Amino acid sequence: MQHKSTEITIVGGGVVGLSVAMGLLDAGHRVQVLDGVDSDMRASQGNFGLIWGQGKGWNFAPYAKWTYAALAKWPAFGRRLTDLSGMDIAVEQNGGFEFFTNADEMDEFAGMLANQQAHLGNRVNHEILTGDEVRGQIRGIGRDVVGASFSQTDGHVNPLRLLRALRLAVKALGGRITMDAHVTKITPATGGGFDLTLADGQQIGTGKVILSAGLGAMKLAGDLGFKTRIRPQRGELLITEKLGERLPFLSSTIRQVDEGGIQIGGTKADAGMDDSETLNVMAGLAKHAVAVFPALADVRVVRAWGALRVMSPDGFPVYAQSQRHSDAYLVTCHSGVTLAPLHASTLADWIENTTNAPDLEAFDEHRFSL
Amino acid sequence: MNIASRFERAPENAPTVRIEVNGETLVAKQGISLAAALLAQSGNPSRKTAKGNDRTAYCMMGVCFDCLVEVDGVANTQACMTLVRDGMIVSSQAGLRGLGGGQDV
Ligand SMILES: Cc1cc2nc3c(=O)[nH]c(=O)nc-3n(C[C@H](O)[C@H](O)[C@H](O)COP(=O)(O)OP(=O)(O)OC[C@H]3O[C@@H](n4cnc5c(N)ncnc54)[C@H](O)[C@@H]3O)c2cc1C
Ligand code: FES
Repeated sequence: MQHKSTEITIVGGGVVGLSVAMGLLDAGHRVQVLDGVDSDMRASQGNFGLIWGQGKGWNFAPYAKWTYAALAKWPAFGRRLTDLSGMDIAVEQNGGFEFFTNADEMDEFAGMLANQQAHLGNRVNHEILTGDEVRGQIRGIGRDVVGASFSQTDGHVNPLRLLRALRLAVKALGGRITMDAHVTKITPATGGGFDLTLADGQQIGTGKVILSAGLGAMKLAGDLGFKTRIRPQRGELLITEKLGERLPFLSSTIRQVDEGGIQIGGTKADAGMDDSETLNVMAGLAKHAVAVFPALADVRVVRAWGALRVMSPDGFPVYAQSQRHSDAYLVTCHSGVTLAPLHASTLADWIENTTNAPDLEAFDEHRFSL
Repeated sequence: MNIASRFERAPENAPTVRIEVNGETLVAKQGISLAAALLAQSGNPSRKTAKGNDRTAYCMMGVCFDCLVEVDGVANTQACMTLVRDGMIVSSQAGLRGLGGGQDV
C-alpha cells in the first residue's frame, strides 16, 4: 500500500469539504477529495443559499465574529470562484431583511441583535424598522408585517452553482475529486498516516485526513475518537414558477433565485434522517410568504423539498483535531455557504498550524465533554 | 384534470367549442386539452423563453412547463393541464410572467 501518496485527503465533497480543499491547495498541498454517493443526504444540494449574519452567534461571541469575518470576505471570494471556475454564481450582497408578523418575536429578535452587536462592536450595523417604515421603503409589503430588521452585509448566492463552481475551482487548483467514493473505514497506519477503505474495497493511503462528510461523518468521526455527535435538522423549502420581475427585497425566508423563481424556506424540525416534505409545513411557508408580500398569492409553487441541516449539539461549527490521531481533523458546520470564504483560506493556516493560524479554540469539540 | 382523462380520446361526435388564440378563432373538440388544440392547429411555438427561444407543448403531462400560455389574462398557465372551454381567450407568452407586486395593498 502506498502511504503519503496523497498528502491530504478530504472525506466529503460538499460545500465544506471543497472549500477546505481550496484553502489547502492554495497553501501548496496535494489534496484529494473523496465524495460519497447520490443517495447521501447532501445539505449542499438542498440549501437556501444565504450569505447571512443577522443574529448568528448572539449568544456565542466567537461565532458572531467568525460569521462576520466570512461576510467581509465574500465579495473577493465570489470573484475568485468565478475566475477559477468560469461560472457566474450570482453572489448578491446588498443587504437582507428579517420580517416579523408577531410583535413579541420581533422584540425577542431585536434583543438578540443587540447582543450580537455587543460582541461585534461598531463593525456591524443593523436597523430595526417598524411595519410602516418597511412599507414606506418597499412597496407591496403586507399589512400583517409588524416590523423588520435589516443588515447591509447580508446577501445570497445561487447554491447549486456555488457547489459546481467549488468543484471546478478545486480542479483548477490541481486538486483531485473522486465521486462515488464512499469511505467505510479509516484506520491509522503504522508509521503514520491512514488507510481509507472505500465501499468497493479499494484502499487508499493518506498522510492527513479531514473529515467533512456532513451527516455522513457521524460513524467515521466516532471511529477516529471524535466526541462530536452530529444530528440532522430538517428544513423544508418551496420554489415558485420563474418571474420576469425582480422581488424588491431579500429576506432570510424569501429570496428570488437569479433565474427568476422565488425560494421560500426557513423551517426547522427534528425528523431523524427523513428528508421528505410535509403538507402542513409547506402550507405554513406559503402563508408566511403571502403575509409578507401579498402579490405572491397568485404565484404558483412548482416544487417543494426537504433537506437536512448538519448540526453539532450546540449548532456552532466544529473545528477539531483528533486527540488520538493528530493528523485527523473534523470540520463541520451549519451555514457552510456563509462560512465558505474562511474555510477556503484561513482554515488552512489552522490545519497547518502556521503563525497566522486563527484562534479556533472556541470551536474545538472539548466544549461537548464539559 | 386527472391523469386518466389525459389518455382518453374525445368522442368523435363531441361538441365543439370556440376559443380565441392570438386574436384568431379556433374550433376544438370539447374534452381535449388546450395544448392538444394548439398542436392540432399548427404546432407553431406558443411561447418564448426568457432568452427568446421558441417553445410549445412537449410532455403533455404537466412537468416540462414548455406549454405555458396566457389564458383569460392569467400568465404561465399550463396548456396541457387546461381543458378547452368555449370563449377562452389565449395568447402566447413572451418571456417570464411578471410579479404584479409593488402596488400598495
Ligand atoms: C434547508 C437548509 C437550508 C440551508 N440554508 C443555508 C443558507 O441559507 N446559508 C448557509 O450558509 N447554509 C445553509 N444551510 C447549511 C449548508 O447547506 C450546510 O452547512 C452545508 O451544505 C454543509 O456542507 P457539508 O459539505 O458539510 O455537507 P454535505 O453537503 O452534506 O456534504 C457532505 C458530503 O460528504 C459526502 N459523504 C458522506 N459520507 C461520506 C463517506 N462516508 N465517504 C465519502 N463521502 C461521504 C456526501 O456524499 C456529501 O457530498 C442550509 C441547510 C439546509 C438543510
Ligand atoms: S407540455 Fe409539459 S407541462 Fe405542459
